Amino acid sequence: MSEKHIDEVSGVDTTGHEWDGIRELNNPLPRWWVITFYITIAWALAYTVAYPAWPLVSSFTGGLLGYSSRVELKDAMALAEASRAEYAAAVAQKSVEEVLADDTLRTFATSAGAAAFKVNCVQCHGSGAAGSAGFPNLNDDEWLWGGAPGDIFTTIAHGIRYGADDTTRVSEMPAFGEMLEPAQVRQVASYVVSLSGGAHDAALAAEGAQVFADNCAACHGDAGKGNRELGAPDLTDAIWLYGSSLDQVAAQVRTPRHGVMPGWQERLGETTVKELAVFIHSLGGGE
Amino acid sequence: MSAPCRPVPAAGLTSIGDEMTHGPYIIALGIAAFLALAGAGFAVDRPFAQHMWVLFFVLAGSAIVLMRRTSFASSRVPDLSAYPDPSAYMDGPIRAGSIATMFWGVVGLLVGVVVALQLAYPDLNIEPWFNFGRMRPLHTSAVVFAFGGNALIATSFYVVQRTSRARLWGGDLAWFVFWGYQLFIVMAATGYLLGITQSREYAEPEWYVDIWLTIVWVAYLAVFLGTILKRKEPHIYVANWFYLSFIVTIAMLHVVNNLAMPVSIVGSKSYSLFAGVQDALTQWWYGHNAVGFFLTAGFLGMMYYFVPKQANRPVYSYRLSIIHFWALIFLYIWAGPHHLHYTALPDWAQTLGMVFSIMLWMPSWGGMINGLMTLSGAWDKIRTDPIIRMMVAALAFYGMSTFEGPVMSIKAVNALSHYTDWTIGHVHSGALGWVGLISFAAIYHMVPKLWGRARLYSERMVIWHFWLATLGIVVYAAVMWVSGVMQGLMWREYDEQGFLVYSFAETVAAMHPYYLMRAAGGALYLTGALVMAFNIWMTILGHQREEDPVGGSATGRQPTLQPAE
Repeated sequence: MSEKHIDEVSGVDTTGHEWDGIRELNNPLPRWWVITFYITIAWALAYTVAYPAWPLVSSFTGGLLGYSSRVELKDAMALAEASRAEYAAAVAQKSVEEVLADDTLRTFATSAGAAAFKVNCVQCHGSGAAGSAGFPNLNDDEWLWGGAPGDIFTTIAHGIRYGADDTTRVSEMPAFGEMLEPAQVRQVASYVVSLSGGAHDAALAAEGAQVFADNCAACHGDAGKGNRELGAPDLTDAIWLYGSSLDQVAAQVRTPRHGVMPGWQERLGETTVKELAVFIHSLGGGE
Repeated sequence: MSAPCRPVPAAGLTSIGDEMTHGPYIIALGIAAFLALAGAGFAVDRPFAQHMWVLFFVLAGSAIVLMRRTSFASSRVPDLSAYPDPSAYMDGPIRAGSIATMFWGVVGLLVGVVVALQLAYPDLNIEPWFNFGRMRPLHTSAVVFAFGGNALIATSFYVVQRTSRARLWGGDLAWFVFWGYQLFIVMAATGYLLGITQSREYAEPEWYVDIWLTIVWVAYLAVFLGTILKRKEPHIYVANWFYLSFIVTIAMLHVVNNLAMPVSIVGSKSYSLFAGVQDALTQWWYGHNAVGFFLTAGFLGMMYYFVPKQANRPVYSYRLSIIHFWALIFLYIWAGPHHLHYTALPDWAQTLGMVFSIMLWMPSWGGMINGLMTLSGAWDKIRTDPIIRMMVAALAFYGMSTFEGPVMSIKAVNALSHYTDWTIGHVHSGALGWVGLISFAAIYHMVPKLWGRARLYSERMVIWHFWLATLGIVVYAAVMWVSGVMQGLMWREYDEQGFLVYSFAETVAAMHPYYLMRAAGGALYLTGALVMAFNIWMTILGHQREEDPVGGSATGRQPTLQPAE
């Protein structure tokens, strides 16, 4: 069918085609549509003249503005770096203690440390630094390796049991499951739980006191107060890395777990580690 | 339902007899099932063995169903091929496709609501089969390829026959396309849940499923093109240009993006031929044009037939349809690099991706203008015809998301929007608003005609569906805009000394209320689809709900705004 036909409603003629009853009006392109289309094309062409756009055989047109996203990134980073340069240089030259003593520098370093913490540390220690099973809480005042500014700095810089760093902090509690009788393990675990007032069997704990004195006091101290030189935890403060129940303590006696923290100095640089140390020190438990 | 139902007899229920002799098909299925069994036996990895067992049970089950075909004839469920085609059109695969579209639509939307809840409540991740990493591609593939793909195949077969005045070319090949495509869907979906993926977005199935889809797709192209070639009309209708461009381009995109070397002929793993930034660009050349040619061009084809047909008005402008068709398909194919702004992709490619996206704005809108202006002279039908209402909403959402897309491709905007939920909101306003609503409208239009019913079971339920869906989309899109912009701003928030303010986990925690609201939006949309599924099923069974016509009856009765219950 291809006879011309005038649509009664609109008064516009059709193209004369018909498919399954569908005809097509012979309307022109909407003017605003054409103009807007041309504007977008003109804008696109202008943009490709100004910015890197057209591929050539082995290169591309660089554009009149000389734009490059790599340069843009480099400039932005340099600008941010420059805005912090004065304080960062001061932090670099001082010790962590000296930074803490200077109000301006301490404020700056705390912000910088918090930012670095959000990117590098929250994965294990949590965004509030409260830790989780196996990862120490950094808000309390129990410190495995010391809570003085210099101690915190050393721990972050070199890590704990971090194989890639020769000066990393190392401690390794032996697996007492191979040395003690199962009954002795129950006894000493009961004693350890009793130190911080946990639920325990008094008779077992009394027997465990001797086992503790013979096997554990060398590192954890006669009173179980721990020893930061050796990274031996305080067992009397009811703060537990691997759980507080008798079973969990007994498991830790038999086959202790040894967590690893990387040393960050090589990756983040000394200044950032100082800033992290200031931030961690500020969380509440710093000494 | 308490409303009285009145079954309407179909237009002639006399069987046209056993049109197909199933013998060769049963033998082919049996051989294929045997090969699947062999694949399971010789598999070099566990997932491949499991996947081949799935394939074996599907193929063997199909063979048994075919062998027992006669015993199903007395079933209450209407036999899809048993209705005569008085117009000589081959409508069996279209009837099956309409049902499949509804089925996969409900499945895909349900999985979408589940993954939305998984984001809000990580405990809903059931390892390993139902964790988010496997469910998310299940959702995207189910809605895009299973729901959208079935809608496109069914409507393209419907449209090409009627606008060419020719029966589908190739005989049972159309049935092969339908069942082959369902097999692809089942293999893709079960593969995801078993953990088989090549990690290419929207192209996750591994090499052997890709090869199968290629075979099915070539058959689809042959049926469609063959029908066009034997048409009895002098010209090819515009809807068919769009359908054809969709079929041809998807074939090209699918083959190039999935070029890969399998580790073993009986293993599930393959390695892409591309690496590094070339790989990324190939993926997004594919990914963006899956949106462009699958979700835009294909559904524009649907729009170009069903809108003028339902409105009973001529297409607004033939010239506009030509110009915007060629502009759209020429420009779309270059826009993919805008998915890789500020990455290792060279600056020149990023620039071109961006400017081609900007130029794409008007060609995209050409379809919206032609659709909406086709209704000039029939605007009153928005009040009286809920299907027209759904089409208008679809075109409005189409216009909105094809404006939002170019805006988001601008590098300065993209610097904020990229990787945030804004992108998710954008794709859903297009997918739920445009693709979903235009497909629903097309199904509502086709089903009474395909089954010889005077009308739908209930037009008032279409109105319920319309409002549930629209409300769902608005909630979903608005929530994702807010949460996406918030997310982007939190990521780039620096304090006055130039230090990052939020950790990533804090931005995730801030999203929680928005995740809940988005799940609620999705649930509304799913509810609408369930209302539709019921309505369509009752229509197919031949029932008609007694109700006042929408927008007041011809005798001047006042329209009642009673709900459909």
